[in-house]
Amino acid sequence: MNKIGLIIRREYITRIRNKTFLISTFLLPIIIVLGIAGTVYLAIKGKTNHRIAVSDQNGYFKDYLKSDSTIFFDFSPGIDTLNYADKNCSAVLIIPVLNEGQKTIYRLKYKKQLGLANIDDLEKRINSAITDHMIFTKTNITRSRLDSIRAASDLGELKSFSDEGKKSQASSQGLSYAIGYTCGFLIYLLTFIYGAMVMRGVSEEKTSRVAEVIVSSVKPFPLMLGKIIGIGAVGLTQFLLWIVLGIVLFTVAQAFLPHELLQEVNNIQQANAMGNAQMAQTSEAARQIFEFKQSVQNTNWLLIIGCYIFYFTGGYLFYASLFAAVGSVVNEDPQEAQSLLLPITMPIIFSFIIMSIAIQDPGGSLAVWASMIPFSSPIVMMARIAYGVPTTVPYWQLFLSMALLAGGFLFTTWIAGRIYRTGILMYGKKPTWKTMWKWAFKA
Amino acid sequence: MSMLELSHLKKYFATQKAVDDISFTVEKGTIFGLLGPNGAGKTTLIRMITGIFYPDEGNILLNGKNFNADDDSARIGYMPEERGLYKKMKIGEQALYFARLKGLTASEANKQVKDWFVRFEMQSWWNKKIEDLSKGMAQKLQFVITVLHRPELIILDEPFSGLDPVNANLIKDEIFRLAANGSSIIFSTHRMEQVEEICNHIILINKGKKILDGTVVNVKQDFKENLFRISASPLPAVFPEELFEVLSGKEEGLTIRIKNGHKPNEVLKYFIDQQSNVLSFTELLPSLNEIFIKLVEGTSLSRQFQPIQS
Repeated sequence: MNKIGLIIRREYITRIRNKTFLISTFLLPIIIVLGIAGTVYLAIKGKTNHRIAVSDQNGYFKDYLKSDSTIFFDFSPGIDTLNYADKNCSAVLIIPVLNEGQKTIYRLKYKKQLGLANIDDLEKRINSAITDHMIFTKTNITRSRLDSIRAASDLGELKSFSDEGKKSQASSQGLSYAIGYTCGFLIYLLTFIYGAMVMRGVSEEKTSRVAEVIVSSVKPFPLMLGKIIGIGAVGLTQFLLWIVLGIVLFTVAQAFLPHELLQEVNNIQQANAMGNAQMAQTSEAARQIFEFKQSVQNTNWLLIIGCYIFYFTGGYLFYASLFAAVGSVVNEDPQEAQSLLLPITMPIIFSFIIMSIAIQDPGGSLAVWASMIPFSSPIVMMARIAYGVPTTVPYWQLFLSMALLAGGFLFTTWIAGRIYRTGILMYGKKPTWKTMWKWAFKA
Repeated sequence: MSMLELSHLKKYFATQKAVDDISFTVEKGTIFGLLGPNGAGKTTLIRMITGIFYPDEGNILLNGKNFNADDDSARIGYMPEERGLYKKMKIGEQALYFARLKGLTASEANKQVKDWFVRFEMQSWWNKKIEDLSKGMAQKLQFVITVLHRPELIILDEPFSGLDPVNANLIKDEIFRLAANGSSIIFSTHRMEQVEEICNHIILINKGKKILDGTVVNVKQDFKENLFRISASPLPAVFPEELFEVLSGKEEGLTIRIKNGHKPNEVLKYFIDQQSNVLSFTELLPSLNEIFIKLVEGTSLSRQFQPIQS
C-alpha cells in the first residue's frame, strides 16, 4: 500500500537525518569497547596495594611469603597488633606457633576492610607458602626450580577440530564465544533501544494528537506497522554501518602491524599450504595473528550476518509491536508506562541471562529450548549459531526456531494492533489489564 | 442529492450512549453548524464521519454512496479540536507529508502546499519547525493541512480558538470561499456568535441526541417570543395590557412582548392613535446563544455515567 510506504519513509528519514543517529552509530561501538576495556582494567587495578605486617614468631614464612606489586609483606620485628596502623600497614597477619600438618587458624586484624578478593588472594598465598615450605623441607626442591621444570615441560597443546564430514576445520572456541556473545548482546541492547524508540514515537503521536489527524487518512494498523518497519530499517542501517566500520577497522589494524611480522605470518601461511612445517621457527606473535586470521577466515560470516539480520528483525518485530501497544495506551505521564513495560522487559532480560548460560554450553537442553521459544530465541539462538551450523545447531532446529519466531511476531503484532487501534484515540484514564485484554480479544 | 447523509447513527461506549440515534443531512456547499454542550457526543459523531470510529448502528452516505473510510478519506478534511502536528518536523515537509497521506501525488502536493503557503503568507516558514511557531501560527498551518487536498467535506472543530481577529478573518474568508466552490463544511464550536455569522444550517445535540435541526433563520423564527423594540415620542400615557406588556423601558426604546393573538400592526396602530410618533419598530429575534442556553439549561450540566445494557 502506498500510504504505509509514506509512513515508513517518514519514520526512516527523520531518524536517519537526526544527529543522534550518527552519533550513536559511531559512539555505541566505542562505548562498548571502552566498557569492556574499563571492566578489565578495573579488575586488574581493583586490588589496591596493601602493606601487611606479619607477626611470624618462629620465622616459618620469612622466605616463603613473597611480596609483590599488590601486597607487600612487612616482616620487621618491631610491628605488632598495637602499632601496625602507625607503621603504614593496612593489616596485621598473626601467625601462631605452627604444628606442621595441622589445620591452623591465621588471624588478620585490620582497621579498614580489605575486600573479599584480597582476603581470597591472601589465603592462597599462605597456602602456597606452606606447600613450598613443605616441598622444600621434604625434597629439598625450591619453588624456582619447580617452575623451571614446569616451563621446560610445557610442550603439549590441544587443538580442537570440528568434525564436518570430509574436511575438518580448526574450530576457534574463543572467536565463536566472542561472536556469539556480541551478537546476542547487540540484539538484546537494540531490542530495548529500538523498542523504546517505537514506544516513544507512538506516545508522541498520541499526546500531540497527530494520531487523530493521521487516523482520519490512514487506518491505525498500517500507521503502527509503518512506524515499526521504519524504525526497524533504521536499526538495520545501523548494523550495516557497523559491518563497514568493522571491516575498515580490521584493515586499518592490519596496516599498523610491523612489516616483518606480516612477512612471518605470510611464511606460516605458505608453509601451511605446503604441508605444515617449521612452525617452531616463527615468533609467538606471528603465530597468534596467523591463527586469528585463520579462524576469522574459517568463520561463516555470511551465515552469521544473515542470521543476525533475521533474528534482529524477528526479535525486534516480536517486541516492537508490544512496545507500540504500551505507547498507545499511556498518556502524557511517562510514569504510567513503567508498570506496563515490566512484562515486556522481563522476558528480554531473562533471555539475556539464559544466553550467557547457553553460550557456555551451546548444545545443552536449556540452550536448545530457549532458542526455540520466540520470547528468547533471537538472543539465545544467535549465541549458538556462532558455534557452527549444522554442527552445534542442526538445520531442523534453525528452521523450526525461525518459523516459530515468524509465527510469534505475527501473533504479537496482531494483538498489539488491536490494543493500539483503540488505545491511540483514548484519552484519560490508563486502561487496566482487563480492558486491554478486551480490546485485544473481544471487540 | 445531499453531500452527506447520516441516518440513525448510534455509538455506545461502556458507560455512555455517546451518540444515540442521530440523523441529519448536509447539502453541498453549505456551512453546517454542529453544536452542543461539552460531552454531548460531537467528537464521537465527527469521528464516525471521518472513519476513525465505526458506528454501532446506522449508516453514513457520502454523495449518495455508502461511506468507506479507506476510499473516502481523500474526500474529507478534518481539523480536530486539539491540534496535531509533529513538533520536530519541518513545516514544509510536514504539509507535504499530510497531503501525500491524503493521496496527492508528490508534484500535486508540492504545488498545493506552495499555493496555500503563498495565500497565507507562510513561505518563510518552510524550513522552520512546529516548536518555533506560536499557537495561532500552528493553527493556520493546521487549517492549511486540512484543506490542502481539496476535500469535498471539511470538518472543523473549533477552528478559531487562539487566533487573533486578523487571522480569524483570513480563515473565515477561506471558509466562505471553499463553500462557494462547492465544499460542504461542518463547523463545530461553542461560540454562538461565530455560528450565527458563518453557518447556514445548524443542529444541536445534547446527551447523544439531536434536539434541534434547521436553518439559522428558521430556528430563530421558531424560538422567537414576540419581542419587539419600539421607540416613539411622546410615549403614550398608558399601555393596553391585553395587547402587549412592557418588559423594560429605556430612553432609546421599549422592549415589549406582544400577547398571543395580536399582530404587530395593532401595536403600531395603538401608538399612532395615541398621537405618538413611532421612530423605530423592530422585531427582537433570540440569539443562538439564548436558544442554546434555553435548550440545554435544566438538563444536568455534565453528563452522568450510566451503565449500558446492549
